[in-house]
Amino acid sequence: MVAGNRDGILHYGNGAEPQGLDPHVVTGVPENHIIRALFEGLAVKNPITLEPEPGVAESWEFSDEGRVITFFLNPEAKWSNGEQVTASDYVWSWNRALHPITGNEYSYMLFPVVNAEAYLKGEVTDFSEVGVKALNSTTLEVTLNAPTPYFVQLMDHYSTFAVHPETLMQFGEMTDRYTPWTRVGNIVSNGAFTLTEWSLNRRIVVDKSEHYWDRDKVSLNTVIFYPMENVVSEERMFRVEQLHYTQVVPLDKIPLYRDMPNTPYVQAPYLGTYYYLINTKRPPVDDVRVRKALAMSVDREKLVRTVLQETAVPAYSITPPDTLGYSPPKLFDYDPERARALLAEAGYPNGEGWPGLEILYNTNEGHRKIAVAIQQMWKSELGIDITITNQEWKVYLDSVTQIDFQVARRGWIGDYVDANNFLDLFITDGGNNNTNYSDPVYDDLILYAAPKAATREQRYALFMEAETMLMEEMPIIPIYTYTSKHLIHPSVTGLYSNLMDSLNLKYVELVPGRTLPEALR
Amino acid sequence: MLRFILIRILQALPVIFVVITATFFLVRSAPGGPFDQEKVVIPEVKKALEAQYRLDLPLHEQYIAYLGDLAHGDLGPSFKYPGRSVNEILFAGLPVTAELGLYALIIALCIGVTAGVFASLRPNTAQDYVPMSLAMIGICMPSFLLGPLLVLVFGIWLDWLPITGWGDIPGDKILPAVTLGSAYAAYIARLSRAGMLEILSQDYIRTARAKGLPEWRVVIQHALRGGLTPVIAFLGPAFAGLLAGSFVVETIFQIPGLGRFYVQAAFNRDYTMILGTTVFLSSLIVFFNLVSDIIAAWLNPRLRHQFQGGRS
Repeated sequence: MVAGNRDGILHYGNGAEPQGLDPHVVTGVPENHIIRALFEGLAVKNPITLEPEPGVAESWEFSDEGRVITFFLNPEAKWSNGEQVTASDYVWSWNRALHPITGNEYSYMLFPVVNAEAYLKGEVTDFSEVGVKALNSTTLEVTLNAPTPYFVQLMDHYSTFAVHPETLMQFGEMTDRYTPWTRVGNIVSNGAFTLTEWSLNRRIVVDKSEHYWDRDKVSLNTVIFYPMENVVSEERMFRVEQLHYTQVVPLDKIPLYRDMPNTPYVQAPYLGTYYYLINTKRPPVDDVRVRKALAMSVDREKLVRTVLQETAVPAYSITPPDTLGYSPPKLFDYDPERARALLAEAGYPNGEGWPGLEILYNTNEGHRKIAVAIQQMWKSELGIDITITNQEWKVYLDSVTQIDFQVARRGWIGDYVDANNFLDLFITDGGNNNTNYSDPVYDDLILYAAPKAATREQRYALFMEAETMLMEEMPIIPIYTYTSKHLIHPSVTGLYSNLMDSLNLKYVELVPGRTLPEALR
Repeated sequence: MLRFILIRILQALPVIFVVITATFFLVRSAPGGPFDQEKVVIPEVKKALEAQYRLDLPLHEQYIAYLGDLAHGDLGPSFKYPGRSVNEILFAGLPVTAELGLYALIIALCIGVTAGVFASLRPNTAQDYVPMSLAMIGICMPSFLLGPLLVLVFGIWLDWLPITGWGDIPGDKILPAVTLGSAYAAYIARLSRAGMLEILSQDYIRTARAKGLPEWRVVIQHALRGGLTPVIAFLGPAFAGLLAGSFVVETIFQIPGLGRFYVQAAFNRDYTMILGTTVFLSSLIVFFNLVSDIIAAWLNPRLRHQFQGGRS
C-alpha cells in the first residue's frame, strides 16, 4: 500500500460484491460507490454541503415557476470511447429507466417528471408524452408535475444516469436486464474512471479516464474496490495497511479506536433512522396512549451510551436532524412518569391486565441487543411483559409487508437529502408505511401542499406541521439516527464526511509518507 | 468393473432428480422472494421483474422449463447478480474452492495419516494419547475460531503470512488451507489409527513379523494398505464436504470461491443459484462417493478379485 500511495492507487473496502454495474438495474450501496466512479450524472453533489454542482450539465435553469428545468450539457462531457454525451442519450436512457419491461426498482426517482409514472405503469405507451425532450445535442428540457426542489439532487442518483445507447444495443435490447454490456472491454461510461478489471468476489479495478471532462482535477490513477463482507477481516486488513478505507468498523473495536491519539476512526451523522413500526390496528397498540407510553419509556440516551457505544444519535422523530436545513419537531422526551400515567389511562395501571406484546426483528445480533434492552426498559418502567421474536430476513420482510406483527424493527436510509423522502413513507397505503397509519390531512400536506410551497421556509413549515401530526399519532417509535463509521488511512485526503456518506473519488488524493498511528503498529 | 460403475451412475441419477425436485419446490415454499427488499418494490416493477425471470408462469410450467434448461446444461440467470448466469458464477468460484479443498485435503492427509499411524504403533501410551487428544481438539475446534487464531498468531503477532486473499500475495493460501484441513486431519488421524489397530492384530501381520521383517516394512508394505481403507472410503465424501463446507473459511480469508455464493443464495432467495449450487454439489458428492468406492474396492483384494472374475 505504501507503493499505492506513491502511484495514486486507492485500496477501498467496499462491503459486498456488487450485484452488477448497470445503473438502471442494480440497487445498493456497494454498487453506488463503483457506479459513481464510472459514471457521472447531470449534476453531482458537493461533497461537503451536498448542494448540487455541475456534472455532465454545466448549468441549469428553472422556468414556469420551477416546473420546467433546462439542463445545458457540457460539450466537453465525453463517453469513455471519446464520443460526446448528448441530450438524446439522456432521453434514451430515461426511456430505459422507466420502461415497464426493464424492471428498474429505482424508477420512482424519475416520477416527478410528467407522465413518468404513467409510462412505467403502462397507462402511457408513447415515451414522447413523458416530460423529457432533447432540444438540441446539449440542451435537455425536463417538465415536472409540480415544482420539486430536490429534483436536481436526484440527477446524482445512478437510476437517472445516462448509459451509452449504441453499446447496450450491441449486446441486446434496450430493456434487457442481463446482457454483458457492463463487462470489462464492453462497458462505455462517462465518469472520472473506467473499468479495467472485475474479478468476481475478489476485486474491481477502475483507472482514471482520459476522456473525462474534468480529468485535470482527478488525482487518483487507480481505485481498487474490495468486496469485504466480513467486517472483522476488513478491520484486520486496514491494520496491516492493505486497505486505505473501510466501509464499517466492528462495534467492539470502536472504543479502542476512539481513544487512540490521531485516530483513523471517522464517525459522522448519517441520513437514516432506526425505528420500531407499530401496527396501529392491533391491540393493545391500537390505542395511541399505549403507543406514546411505549415511546416515552425508552431511554434512548442510555441505549446509545451502552448498547450502541455512542455510535448513534437518539431520535425522537422520523426525519434525521439538519436534513438540508430541516430539523424535525421533538414532541416528547424520556418520561417514565408520564408514560405510566398514559398506560394507566389506557386501562393498564402498573401493567395490570396487560395482554402481552411482541417485538419482531430480523435475525441479527445488533437488532437483538436493542430489542432486549427495550424489552427490559418497558418491563422495568411500565411493568409490562414483552416477548421478542426474530425471523430470517426474507421472512421478516414478508411479515412487515403484510403488516403481520405488533411491533417490528425497521430502518430507513434516505435516497436523497430532503424531509420528503422520510415523510412520504407514511402516506395512506404507502408501500413502506407498514403501520396502517392513514390520515387524509397528512396525505394532503405531503402530496399536494408541500410541493406547491413557494419558498424553502414555507415548505419546511408544512413538513413540520405534517411531522408533528405524525408523531402525535405515533405509528412508529423513533429510536436513533444512524452514523457512518469508517477507518481512513492518514494518507487519504479529500474524503469528506457528509449526511449521505456520499463519496466523490474525484476529490480524493493520496499523500505519501503518512503512516498509521503508533498504537496500531 | 465398467458394469459396476455404470450401475452406480444409474443409481445416482434418480437421487439427483429427487434432489432437484425437492429443492425446486422447497425454495419456492419459503416466504419472501428474490425481489423483496427493505424498500418496497413498486408492484408494476415487481411484475416486470418476475416476467423477465419467468416467475409469472404457473409453478409446474416453471419447473418443466427449468428441467428443459438443465438438460442443456443451462442453470439459468442469477437473480441476485443480473447479467451473470449461474453457470458463470459456479465456474468462476469452482477452481478456487477446488484448489483450496485440494490443499486442505493434502494437509489433512499428511498430518492425519502420520499422526494416526504413529499413534497406532504404541496404543495406550503417550505416543497414542498425545496425537489423539490433539485430534480431538481439532475435531472440536470450529474453523471460525481456528481461522482467526491462526491469523492472530501467524498474521499479526509473528507477521509471517498474509491474512486475506487468494493468489494475490505469496503465501496467502497457507492459512486458509491449514484452517480448512485441520478438522479433516483430525478425522483422518482417528480413522487411520482405528484402521491400523485392526490390521496390526491380524494374522498376516504376525506372519510378516515372524518372518523377521523389520517393523517399518511390516507397517508400510503390509499394514498401511489395509489399514488406510477406511481413510480412503472417507476421502470422497470428505472432498465433497470440503467443497461445500469451505464457506466459513472463504469468508474469513476473503476467498472468491463457491462456498460464499452457496450460502448467500439461500438468504437472497436467488432461486436459480440455490438450485444450481445444490444440483452441482449433489452431483459432486455422488461422483466422489463413486470414486472412493472404486478405489476402496481396488485396494480390497477380495473385491478386486470379484471384478477381475466378472470381467473374464
